[in-house]
Amino acid sequence: MASDILKAAGVFFVAVVLQSAIVSSIEPGGGTADLVLVTLTAVALLRGAVFGAVVGFYAGFLLDAADLETLGLSSLLLTLAGYWIGRYGETTGRDRAHAPLLAIAVVTVLFALGSLAMHYVLADPVSARAGLVDALPAEIVLNLLLTIPVYALCRRIFARPSARPAVEVELGT
Amino acid sequence: MPRNRSLRLAALGSTVQRAAAPAYSTARGRNALRRRVVAGVLVALSLILITGYFRESDNGALHGVQGATASVLRPFQIGAERVARPFQDGYDWVAGFFHAKSENEALREQLQALRQQAIQNTTAAQENRELRNALKFRSGPMYPSGYDQVAAEVISYGANQFQQELVISAGRNAGIRLNDPVTDSQGFLVGHISKTTSKTAEVSLLTDGDFSVAGRDAYTGTYGLVSHGQGAGETLILDLVPKDKVIRENDLIVTAGRRSARLPSLYPRNIAIGVVTSVGQTDVDIHQAVQIAPLADFSSLNVLLVLVPKSR
Repeated sequence: MASDILKAAGVFFVAVVLQSAIVSSIEPGGGTADLVLVTLTAVALLRGAVFGAVVGFYAGFLLDAADLETLGLSSLLLTLAGYWIGRYGETTGRDRAHAPLLAIAVVTVLFALGSLAMHYVLADPVSARAGLVDALPAEIVLNLLLTIPVYALCRRIFARPSARPAVEVELGT
Repeated sequence: MPRNRSLRLAALGSTVQRAAAPAYSTARGRNALRRRVVAGVLVALSLILITGYFRESDNGALHGVQGATASVLRPFQIGAERVARPFQDGYDWVAGFFHAKSENEALREQLQALRQQAIQNTTAAQENRELRNALKFRSGPMYPSGYDQVAAEVISYGANQFQQELVISAGRNAGIRLNDPVTDSQGFLVGHISKTTSKTAEVSLLTDGDFSVAGRDAYTGTYGLVSHGQGAGETLILDLVPKDKVIRENDLIVTAGRRSARLPSLYPRNIAIGVVTSVGQTDVDIHQAVQIAPLADFSSLNVLLVLVPKSR
Protein backbone atom coordinates (compact mmCIF):
# COMPACT_ATOMS: atom_id res chain seq x y z
CA MET A 1 0.00 0.00 0.00
CA ALA A 2 2.81 2.42 0.95
CA SER A 3 4.58 1.76 -2.32
CA ASP A 4 1.34 2.34 -4.19
CA ILE A 5 0.98 5.73 -2.51
CA LEU A 6 4.53 6.71 -3.42
CA LYS A 7 4.02 5.56 -6.99
CA ALA A 8 0.73 7.47 -7.23
CA ALA A 9 2.36 10.61 -5.84
CA GLY A 10 5.03 10.45 -8.53
CA VAL A 11 2.67 9.50 -11.34
CA PHE A 12 0.24 12.33 -10.64
CA PHE A 13 3.03 14.87 -10.14
CA VAL A 14 4.29 14.03 -13.63
CA ALA A 15 0.75 13.99 -15.03
CA VAL A 16 -0.01 17.44 -13.63
CA VAL A 17 3.25 18.89 -14.95
CA LEU A 18 2.64 17.42 -18.41
CA GLN A 19 -1.00 18.49 -18.40
CA SER A 20 -0.35 22.08 -17.39
CA ALA A 21 2.81 22.65 -19.43
CA ILE A 22 2.17 20.68 -22.61
CA VAL A 23 -1.14 18.85 -23.06
CA SER A 24 -3.37 21.87 -22.38
CA SER A 25 -1.62 23.85 -25.09
CA ILE A 26 -2.47 21.33 -27.81
CA GLU A 27 -6.00 21.76 -29.15
CA PRO A 28 -6.70 19.49 -32.11
CA GLY A 29 -10.36 19.87 -33.08
CA GLY A 30 -10.95 22.59 -30.51
CA GLY A 31 -10.56 20.44 -27.42
CA THR A 32 -7.71 19.37 -25.19
CA ALA A 33 -7.02 15.97 -23.70
CA ASP A 34 -7.18 15.64 -19.92
CA LEU A 35 -4.18 13.54 -18.97
CA VAL A 36 -4.84 13.87 -15.24
CA LEU A 37 -8.39 12.60 -15.59
CA VAL A 38 -7.29 9.71 -17.80
CA THR A 39 -4.55 8.76 -15.32
CA LEU A 40 -7.01 8.98 -12.46
CA THR A 41 -9.41 6.72 -14.32
CA ALA A 42 -6.72 4.11 -14.84
CA VAL A 43 -5.47 4.22 -11.24
CA ALA A 44 -8.95 4.21 -9.70
CA LEU A 45 -10.01 1.25 -11.82
CA LEU A 46 -6.91 -0.64 -10.74
CA ARG A 47 -6.95 0.29 -7.06
CA GLY A 48 -10.55 0.97 -6.09
CA ALA A 49 -12.74 3.75 -4.76
CA VAL A 50 -10.84 4.83 -1.62
CA PHE A 51 -7.50 5.01 -3.39
CA GLY A 52 -9.16 6.75 -6.35
CA ALA A 53 -10.72 9.39 -4.12
CA VAL A 54 -7.46 10.08 -2.26
CA VAL A 55 -5.31 10.39 -5.38
CA GLY A 56 -8.07 12.45 -7.03
CA PHE A 57 -7.88 14.94 -4.18
CA TYR A 58 -4.09 15.05 -4.39
CA ALA A 59 -4.07 15.48 -8.18
CA GLY A 60 -6.69 18.22 -7.97
CA PHE A 61 -4.68 20.08 -5.36
CA LEU A 62 -1.56 19.98 -7.55
CA LEU A 63 -3.55 21.04 -10.60
CA ASP A 64 -5.10 24.02 -8.82
CA ALA A 65 -1.68 25.04 -7.51
CA ALA A 66 -0.08 24.75 -10.96
CA ASP A 67 -2.83 26.78 -12.65
CA LEU A 68 -3.23 29.24 -9.72
CA GLU A 69 -6.93 28.32 -9.73
CA THR A 70 -9.25 28.36 -6.73
CA LEU A 71 -7.80 25.74 -4.37
CA GLY A 72 -10.13 22.81 -3.85
CA LEU A 73 -12.08 23.23 -7.07
CA SER A 74 -10.35 20.47 -9.04
CA SER A 75 -9.84 18.48 -5.83
CA LEU A 76 -13.58 18.27 -5.28
CA LEU A 77 -14.33 17.18 -8.83
CA LEU A 78 -11.44 14.72 -9.07
CA THR A 79 -12.21 13.22 -5.64
CA LEU A 80 -15.75 12.47 -6.77
CA ALA A 81 -14.49 11.23 -10.14
CA GLY A 82 -11.91 8.94 -8.51
CA TYR A 83 -14.47 7.56 -6.09
CA TRP A 84 -17.07 6.89 -8.78
CA ILE A 85 -14.59 5.26 -11.16
CA GLY A 86 -13.19 3.16 -8.32
CA ARG A 87 -16.66 1.93 -7.38
CA TYR A 88 -17.36 1.14 -11.01
CA GLY A 89 -14.12 -0.84 -11.19
CA GLU A 90 -14.94 -2.72 -7.98
CA THR A 91 -18.45 -3.65 -9.10
CA THR A 92 -19.84 -3.56 -12.64
CA GLY A 93 -16.62 -2.88 -14.48
CA ARG A 94 -14.55 -5.61 -12.84
CA ASP A 95 -12.64 -7.72 -15.38
CA ARG A 96 -14.31 -6.02 -18.32
CA ALA A 97 -12.00 -5.02 -21.13
CA HIS A 98 -14.08 -2.02 -22.11
CA ALA A 99 -14.30 -0.63 -18.55
CA PRO A 100 -11.52 2.01 -18.92
CA LEU A 101 -12.96 3.32 -22.19
CA LEU A 102 -16.51 3.45 -20.92
CA ALA A 103 -15.44 5.03 -17.64
CA ILE A 104 -13.38 7.76 -19.32
CA ALA A 105 -16.13 8.62 -21.80
CA VAL A 106 -18.71 8.99 -19.03
CA VAL A 107 -16.43 10.74 -16.57
CA THR A 108 -15.23 13.25 -19.20
CA VAL A 109 -18.80 14.38 -19.74
CA LEU A 110 -19.58 14.44 -16.01
CA PHE A 111 -16.35 16.29 -15.26
CA ALA A 112 -17.16 18.96 -17.85
CA LEU A 113 -20.65 19.38 -16.41
CA GLY A 114 -19.21 19.50 -12.90
CA SER A 115 -16.62 22.11 -13.90
CA LEU A 116 -19.30 24.23 -15.49
CA ALA A 117 -21.48 23.96 -12.40
CA MET A 118 -18.62 24.85 -10.05
CA HIS A 119 -17.58 27.88 -12.10
CA TYR A 120 -21.23 28.93 -12.18
CA VAL A 121 -21.47 28.60 -8.40
CA LEU A 122 -18.27 30.63 -7.96
CA ALA A 123 -19.67 33.30 -10.32
CA ASP A 124 -16.88 32.83 -12.88
CA PRO A 125 -18.14 33.92 -16.29
CA VAL A 126 -17.79 30.85 -18.50
CA SER A 127 -19.17 29.85 -21.85
CA ALA A 128 -21.19 26.64 -21.62
CA ARG A 129 -21.18 26.40 -25.39
CA ALA A 130 -17.39 26.62 -25.58
CA GLY A 131 -16.92 23.93 -22.94
CA LEU A 132 -19.77 21.56 -23.72
CA VAL A 133 -20.53 21.92 -27.42
CA ASP A 134 -17.31 23.07 -29.08
CA ALA A 135 -14.69 21.34 -26.97
CA LEU A 136 -16.32 18.31 -25.39
CA PRO A 137 -16.61 15.99 -28.44
CA ALA A 138 -12.93 16.45 -29.27
CA GLU A 139 -12.02 16.04 -25.61
CA ILE A 140 -13.87 12.74 -25.37
CA VAL A 141 -12.11 11.40 -28.47
CA LEU A 142 -8.68 12.56 -27.27
CA ASN A 143 -9.23 11.11 -23.81
CA LEU A 144 -10.31 7.80 -25.32
CA LEU A 145 -7.16 7.74 -27.45
CA LEU A 146 -5.01 8.45 -24.40
CA THR A 147 -6.76 5.88 -22.24
CA ILE A 148 -5.30 2.80 -23.89
CA PRO A 149 -1.59 3.65 -23.47
CA VAL A 150 -2.08 5.34 -20.09
CA TYR A 151 -4.07 2.40 -18.72
CA ALA A 152 -1.44 -0.05 -19.95
CA LEU A 153 1.32 2.03 -18.35
CA CYS A 154 -0.54 2.38 -15.06
CA ARG A 155 -1.28 -1.35 -14.99
CA ARG A 156 2.43 -1.96 -15.34
CA ILE A 157 3.38 0.60 -12.68
CA PHE A 158 0.74 -0.52 -10.19
CA ALA A 159 1.08 -4.25 -10.86
CA ARG A 160 0.73 -6.34 -7.72
CA PRO A 161 3.64 -8.67 -7.04
CA SER A 162 2.55 -11.80 -8.82
CA ALA A 163 1.62 -14.85 -6.83
CA ARG A 164 3.94 -17.84 -6.95
CA PRO A 165 3.60 -19.52 -10.32
CA ALA A 166 1.60 -22.71 -10.43
CA VAL A 167 3.77 -25.76 -10.11
CA GLU A 168 2.77 -29.12 -11.34
CA VAL A 169 2.89 -31.67 -8.59
CA GLU A 170 2.42 -35.35 -8.65
CA LEU A 171 0.30 -36.79 -5.93
CA GLY A 172 1.57 -39.97 -4.44
CA THR A 173 -0.58 -43.00 -4.70
CA MET B 1 -27.78 -17.10 -6.81
CA PRO B 2 -26.31 -17.41 -10.31
CA ARG B 3 -28.73 -17.93 -13.16
CA ASN B 4 -26.84 -20.92 -14.56
CA ARG B 5 -27.02 -22.85 -11.33
CA SER B 6 -27.12 -26.58 -11.58
CA LEU B 7 -29.91 -28.67 -10.19
CA ARG B 8 -27.59 -29.89 -7.44
CA LEU B 9 -26.54 -26.39 -6.47
CA ALA B 10 -30.11 -25.22 -6.48
CA ALA B 11 -31.10 -28.04 -4.27
CA LEU B 12 -28.19 -27.52 -1.88
CA GLY B 13 -28.64 -23.78 -1.91
CA SER B 14 -32.19 -24.14 -0.76
CA THR B 15 -31.40 -26.36 2.15
CA VAL B 16 -27.89 -25.48 3.33
CA GLN B 17 -27.77 -22.65 5.82
CA ARG B 18 -25.17 -19.95 5.15
CA ALA B 19 -23.22 -19.93 8.34
CA ALA B 20 -20.55 -17.46 7.14
CA ALA B 21 -22.95 -14.88 5.83
CA PRO B 22 -23.18 -12.63 8.91
CA ALA B 23 -19.39 -12.25 9.23
CA TYR B 24 -18.99 -11.57 5.54
CA SER B 25 -21.77 -9.05 5.60
CA THR B 26 -20.24 -7.26 8.63
CA ALA B 27 -16.85 -6.98 6.91
CA ARG B 28 -18.49 -5.66 3.78
CA GLY B 29 -20.47 -3.17 5.83
CA ARG B 30 -17.27 -1.96 7.52
CA ASN B 31 -15.57 -1.52 4.16
CA ALA B 32 -18.51 0.41 2.77
CA LEU B 33 -18.55 2.66 5.84
CA ARG B 34 -14.80 3.29 5.62
CA ARG B 35 -15.11 4.06 1.92
CA ARG B 36 -17.90 6.56 2.48
CA VAL B 37 -16.14 8.21 5.41
CA VAL B 38 -12.94 8.72 3.38
CA ALA B 39 -14.85 10.15 0.42
CA GLY B 40 -16.95 12.34 2.71
CA VAL B 41 -13.90 13.71 4.51
CA LEU B 42 -12.14 14.50 1.22
CA VAL B 43 -15.22 16.22 -0.22
CA ALA B 44 -15.61 18.23 3.00
CA LEU B 45 -11.91 19.15 2.88
CA SER B 46 -12.28 20.31 -0.72
CA LEU B 47 -15.25 22.48 0.19
CA ILE B 48 -13.33 23.96 3.12
CA LEU B 49 -10.42 24.72 0.77
CA ILE B 50 -12.71 26.40 -1.77
CA THR B 51 -14.47 28.46 0.89
CA GLY B 52 -11.27 29.45 2.66
CA TYR B 53 -9.49 30.34 -0.55
CA PHE B 54 -12.43 32.30 -1.85
CA ARG B 55 -12.88 34.33 1.30
CA GLU B 56 -9.27 35.08 2.25
CA SER B 57 -7.16 37.90 0.82
CA ASP B 58 -4.32 37.38 -1.66
CA ASN B 59 -1.89 37.30 1.27
CA GLY B 60 -3.79 34.55 3.09
CA ALA B 61 -2.42 31.22 4.22
CA LEU B 62 -3.98 29.15 1.43
CA HIS B 63 -2.64 31.53 -1.21
CA GLY B 64 0.75 31.10 0.44
CA VAL B 65 0.48 27.31 0.25
CA GLN B 66 -0.57 27.58 -3.38
CA GLY B 67 2.36 29.87 -4.16
CA ALA B 68 4.82 27.50 -2.49
CA THR B 69 3.41 24.49 -4.37
CA ALA B 70 3.49 26.44 -7.63
CA SER B 71 7.15 27.29 -6.96
CA VAL B 72 7.92 23.59 -6.53
CA LEU B 73 6.14 22.73 -9.79
CA ARG B 74 7.62 25.66 -11.74
CA PRO B 75 11.06 24.21 -12.67
CA PHE B 76 9.44 20.96 -13.81
CA GLN B 77 6.91 22.85 -15.91
CA ILE B 78 9.64 24.97 -17.50
CA GLY B 79 11.67 21.82 -18.21
CA ALA B 80 8.70 20.00 -19.74
CA GLU B 81 7.78 23.01 -21.83
CA ARG B 82 11.33 23.30 -23.19
CA VAL B 83 11.54 19.61 -24.00
CA ALA B 84 8.21 19.74 -25.84
CA ARG B 85 8.92 23.02 -27.65
CA PRO B 86 10.74 21.57 -30.71
CA PHE B 87 7.96 19.04 -31.24
CA GLN B 88 5.30 21.69 -30.87
CA ASP B 89 7.14 23.97 -33.28
CA GLY B 90 7.36 21.09 -35.73
CA TYR B 91 3.62 20.48 -35.44
CA ASP B 92 2.92 24.19 -35.96
CA TRP B 93 5.23 24.24 -38.96
CA VAL B 94 3.49 21.30 -40.61
CA ALA B 95 0.05 22.73 -39.81
CA GLY B 96 1.10 26.13 -41.18
CA PHE B 97 2.52 24.59 -44.33
CA PHE B 98 -0.93 23.57 -45.58
CA HIS B 99 -2.26 27.11 -45.20
CA ALA B 100 0.84 28.76 -46.65
CA LYS B 101 -0.29 28.99 -50.26
CA SER B 102 -3.63 30.68 -49.67
CA GLU B 103 -2.12 32.83 -46.96
CA ASN B 104 0.68 33.94 -49.29
CA GLU B 105 -1.73 35.52 -51.76
CA ALA B 106 -3.63 37.39 -49.06
CA LEU B 107 -0.40 38.60 -47.49
CA ARG B 108 0.87 40.01 -50.80
CA GLU B 109 -2.26 42.13 -51.14
CA GLN B 110 -1.95 43.21 -47.53
CA LEU B 111 1.70 44.12 -48.07
CA GLN B 112 0.81 46.43 -50.95
CA ALA B 113 -1.79 48.23 -48.84
CA LEU B 114 0.55 48.50 -45.86
CA ARG B 115 3.36 49.93 -48.01
CA GLN B 116 1.08 52.74 -49.09
CA GLN B 117 0.03 53.26 -45.49
CA ALA B 118 3.63 53.26 -44.25
CA ILE B 119 4.53 56.07 -46.64
CA GLN B 120 1.61 58.14 -45.39
CA ASN B 121 2.48 57.32 -41.77
CA THR B 122 6.09 58.44 -42.18
CA THR B 123 4.94 61.79 -43.47
CA ALA B 124 2.35 62.10 -40.68
CA ALA B 125 4.90 61.17 -38.01
CA GLN B 126 7.28 63.84 -39.30
CA GLU B 127 4.49 66.42 -39.18
CA ASN B 128 3.51 65.23 -35.72
CA ARG B 129 7.06 65.73 -34.41
CA GLU B 130 7.26 69.21 -35.90
CA LEU B 131 3.89 70.22 -34.45
CA ARG B 132 4.77 68.84 -31.00
CA ASN B 133 8.01 70.80 -31.03
CA ALA B 134 6.21 73.94 -32.16
CA LEU B 135 3.59 73.60 -29.38
CA LYS B 136 6.11 72.41 -26.75
CA PHE B 137 3.65 69.53 -26.16
CA ARG B 138 4.18 67.36 -23.06
CA SER B 139 2.68 63.89 -23.20
CA GLY B 140 2.09 61.36 -20.41
CA PRO B 141 3.81 57.98 -20.19
CA MET B 142 3.74 56.43 -23.65
CA TYR B 143 3.78 52.81 -24.70
CA PRO B 144 6.32 51.31 -25.13
CA SER B 145 8.84 53.93 -24.03
CA GLY B 146 7.29 54.48 -20.58
CA TYR B 147 7.30 50.79 -19.71
CA ASP B 148 9.79 48.05 -18.99
CA GLN B 149 8.96 44.73 -20.58
CA VAL B 150 9.38 41.63 -18.44
CA ALA B 151 9.53 38.59 -20.72
CA ALA B 152 8.25 35.35 -19.22
CA GLU B 153 7.53 31.85 -20.47
CA VAL B 154 4.06 30.36 -20.25
CA ILE B 155 4.42 27.45 -17.84
CA SER B 156 0.80 26.42 -17.47
CA TYR B 157 -2.16 26.64 -19.77
CA GLY B 158 -5.74 26.54 -18.52
CA ALA B 159 -6.66 23.00 -17.55
CA ASN B 160 -9.95 23.08 -19.46
CA GLN B 161 -12.05 25.19 -21.79
CA PHE B 162 -13.68 27.01 -18.91
CA GLN B 163 -10.41 28.57 -17.79
CA GLN B 164 -9.20 31.61 -19.70
CA GLU B 165 -6.01 32.07 -17.72
CA LEU B 166 -2.35 31.19 -18.14
CA VAL B 167 0.48 31.02 -15.67
CA ILE B 168 3.83 32.62 -16.50
CA SER B 169 7.27 32.01 -15.05
CA ALA B 170 7.82 35.45 -13.49
CA GLY B 171 6.13 37.00 -10.48
CA ARG B 172 6.49 39.68 -7.82
CA ASN B 173 10.26 39.17 -7.63
CA ALA B 174 10.49 40.43 -11.22
CA GLY B 175 8.51 43.57 -10.41
CA ILE B 176 5.18 42.28 -11.72
CA ARG B 177 2.10 43.52 -9.91
CA LEU B 178 -1.64 42.94 -10.09
CA ASN B 179 -3.35 44.38 -13.20
CA ASP B 180 -0.15 44.95 -15.18
CA PRO B 181 -0.94 44.72 -18.92
CA VAL B 182 0.37 41.72 -20.83
CA THR B 183 1.18 41.48 -24.54
CA ASP B 184 2.48 38.71 -26.77
CA SER B 185 5.96 38.86 -28.28
CA GLN B 186 4.65 40.99 -31.18
CA GLY B 187 3.15 43.59 -28.86
CA PHE B 188 -0.53 42.64 -29.26
CA LEU B 189 -2.64 42.86 -26.12
CA VAL B 190 -3.20 39.47 -24.50
CA GLY B 191 -4.62 40.28 -21.07
CA HIS B 192 -3.61 41.44 -17.63
CA ILE B 193 -2.07 40.03 -14.46
CA SER B 194 -4.79 38.69 -12.21
CA LYS B 195 -2.77 36.87 -9.51
CA THR B 196 0.83 36.94 -8.39
CA THR B 197 3.13 34.78 -6.35
CA SER B 198 6.81 35.47 -5.73
CA LYS B 199 7.91 33.50 -8.80
CA THR B 200 4.82 33.05 -10.94
CA ALA B 201 1.84 35.09 -12.05
CA GLU B 202 -1.54 34.38 -13.56
CA VAL B 203 -2.61 36.14 -16.75
CA SER B 204 -6.32 36.59 -17.42
CA LEU B 205 -6.79 36.56 -21.17
CA LEU B 206 -8.81 38.95 -23.30
CA THR B 207 -11.19 36.04 -23.86
CA ASP B 208 -12.06 35.88 -20.16
CA GLY B 209 -15.67 36.89 -19.50
CA ASP B 210 -14.60 39.32 -16.76
CA PHE B 211 -12.17 41.17 -18.99
CA SER B 212 -12.88 44.58 -20.48
CA VAL B 213 -10.64 47.38 -21.70
CA ALA B 214 -11.32 50.79 -23.17
CA GLY B 215 -10.64 50.60 -26.92
CA ARG B 216 -10.34 53.13 -29.72
CA ASP B 217 -10.59 52.92 -33.48
CA ALA B 218 -7.09 53.91 -34.57
CA TYR B 219 -8.40 55.47 -37.82
CA THR B 220 -11.60 57.25 -36.79
CA GLY B 221 -10.92 57.80 -33.08
CA THR B 222 -14.23 56.22 -32.03
CA TYR B 223 -14.18 54.93 -28.45
CA GLY B 224 -15.81 51.82 -27.01
CA LEU B 225 -15.40 49.07 -24.46
CA VAL B 226 -13.69 45.88 -25.64
CA SER B 227 -14.84 42.68 -23.96
CA HIS B 228 -15.40 39.03 -24.77
CA GLY B 229 -18.59 38.30 -26.68
CA GLN B 230 -21.30 36.04 -25.29
CA GLY B 231 -20.59 33.35 -27.87
CA ALA B 232 -17.79 30.88 -27.93
CA GLY B 233 -14.38 31.31 -29.53
CA GLU B 234 -12.01 34.23 -29.42
CA THR B 235 -14.27 36.87 -30.94
CA LEU B 236 -14.36 40.14 -29.01
CA ILE B 237 -16.94 42.90 -29.13
CA LEU B 238 -16.52 46.65 -29.05
CA ASP B 239 -19.43 47.76 -26.93
CA LEU B 240 -20.98 51.14 -26.14
CA VAL B 241 -20.25 52.61 -29.58
CA PRO B 242 -23.01 55.17 -30.35
CA LYS B 243 -24.77 54.83 -33.70
CA ASP B 244 -23.61 58.23 -34.92
CA LYS B 245 -19.90 57.31 -34.61
CA VAL B 246 -17.99 56.03 -37.62
CA ILE B 247 -16.37 52.62 -37.45
CA ARG B 248 -15.57 50.38 -40.40
CA GLU B 249 -14.61 46.81 -41.12
CA ASN B 250 -10.85 46.12 -41.03
CA ASP B 251 -10.23 49.14 -38.77
CA LEU B 252 -7.56 48.58 -36.16
CA ILE B 253 -8.70 48.76 -32.53
CA VAL B 254 -6.11 49.86 -29.96
CA THR B 255 -6.23 50.55 -26.25
CA ALA B 256 -7.71 53.96 -25.53
CA GLY B 257 -5.55 54.63 -22.50
CA ARG B 258 -7.93 57.33 -21.39
CA ARG B 259 -7.24 58.63 -17.96
CA SER B 260 -9.62 60.31 -15.62
CA ALA B 261 -9.15 61.17 -11.99
CA ARG B 262 -11.77 58.65 -10.88
CA LEU B 263 -11.29 55.81 -13.34
CA PRO B 264 -7.72 55.65 -14.64
CA SER B 265 -7.14 53.05 -17.36
CA LEU B 266 -4.85 50.15 -16.51
CA TYR B 267 -3.57 50.06 -20.06
CA PRO B 268 -1.33 52.53 -21.83
CA ARG B 269 -2.51 54.05 -25.06
CA ASN B 270 -2.04 52.39 -28.46
CA ILE B 271 -1.52 48.72 -27.69
CA ALA B 272 -3.04 46.89 -30.66
CA ILE B 273 -6.02 44.72 -29.68
CA GLY B 274 -7.66 43.52 -32.89
CA VAL B 275 -9.29 44.22 -36.22
CA VAL B 276 -12.98 44.98 -36.77
CA THR B 277 -14.63 42.06 -38.56
CA SER B 278 -18.24 43.23 -38.66
CA VAL B 279 -20.30 46.30 -37.86
CA GLY B 280 -24.06 46.15 -37.48
CA GLN B 281 -26.93 47.86 -35.77
CA THR B 282 -30.52 47.15 -34.90
CA ASP B 283 -33.45 49.52 -34.46
CA VAL B 284 -33.92 48.64 -30.80
CA ASP B 285 -30.30 48.98 -29.70
CA ILE B 286 -28.82 52.41 -29.08
CA HIS B 287 -25.30 51.13 -29.75
CA GLN B 288 -23.63 49.56 -32.75
CA ALA B 289 -22.77 45.87 -32.70
CA VAL B 290 -19.06 45.70 -33.49
CA GLN B 291 -17.13 42.43 -33.58
CA ILE B 292 -13.34 42.27 -33.36
CA ALA B 293 -10.89 39.50 -34.21
CA PRO B 294 -8.01 39.72 -31.73
CA LEU B 295 -4.54 40.08 -33.27
CA ALA B 296 -2.90 37.88 -30.64
CA ASP B 297 -2.94 34.18 -31.45
CA PHE B 298 -4.20 32.64 -28.23
CA SER B 299 -3.53 29.10 -29.41
CA SER B 300 0.23 29.57 -29.57
CA LEU B 301 1.26 31.78 -26.69
CA ASN B 302 4.69 30.72 -25.50
CA VAL B 303 6.42 33.90 -24.36
CA LEU B 304 4.55 36.90 -22.97
CA LEU B 305 5.67 40.42 -22.16
CA VAL B 306 4.43 42.06 -18.97
CA LEU B 307 4.44 45.86 -19.14
CA VAL B 308 5.82 47.26 -15.92
CA PRO B 309 5.61 51.08 -15.63
CA LYS B 310 9.04 52.68 -15.24
CA SER B 311 7.55 55.26 -12.90
CA ARG B 312 6.34 52.69 -10.33
